[in-house]
Amino acid sequence: MRHAIVARPIDVAALLAEVTVDANGAQSVFVGTVREQNDGRAVHGIDYAAYDEMAQTELGRIVLEAVARFGTTDIVVEHRLGTLSVGEVSVAIAVGHPRRAPAMDAVRYIIEELKRRVPIWKREHYVDGTRGWVEATTSAAAVGAAHEQPGDDEVSGEDDDA
Amino acid sequence: MPQLDVLLFASYADAFGAPSLTVEMPPDATVADLVTALRSRPGGSVLPERPLVAVDRAYAAPGDRVVDRGEVALIPPVAGG
Repeated sequence: MRHAIVARPIDVAALLAEVTVDANGAQSVFVGTVREQNDGRAVHGIDYAAYDEMAQTELGRIVLEAVARFGTTDIVVEHRLGTLSVGEVSVAIAVGHPRRAPAMDAVRYIIEELKRRVPIWKREHYVDGTRGWVEATTSAAAVGAAHEQPGDDEVSGEDDDA
Repeated sequence: MPQLDVLLFASYADAFGAPSLTVEMPPDATVADLVTALRSRPGGSVLPERPLVAVDRAYAAPGDRVVDRGEVALIPPVAGG
């Protein structure tokens, strides 16, 4: 397994190859790209910024949780930082497993937890020349709840914009 | 009183006009105490009542202590993916 916060383009095929081993009958991949509009505003690029050290640490925690939950170590996650144009890959997750259901479930788990917990922010560049930080719905009530009420890790109202 | 350096990012760094702040906090100060202090600073109105706070690169609860516990950071709503 491997996770990285990178400042270069993500090679999705290379990630898939990393988790494709003979013991696995299923490989599942999630690819997040910059989309051309958000909340009705035309976007031509996004700056991704992070609290680098914590982002690495938190992403590592999520991967270890996925290993324990889904029973595979064939997991690779990369998230890109910097300025990306529409259509470029911002995040990719590849999981290999002997069976398809846990392969797909693990990918879903990792992207949902990443979006909920990893300290990464995006500032959209709008076609009209303005820029703005994207404010997702994550709050202390959502993330902090895991500390006070183990098991209560449901998040509602997420704007799924990977 | 001990001086505490607090890291700021993204919209919070913009609101406070700096990538970090130094605040004086009593030795037994908690995350909640820190938030109360920061909300009274110029730009502090950007903070919700319970913003995310990380201590030593892990999310902290409101009652967690903040002085001499490692790096302290205020985390705006995350938006990775």
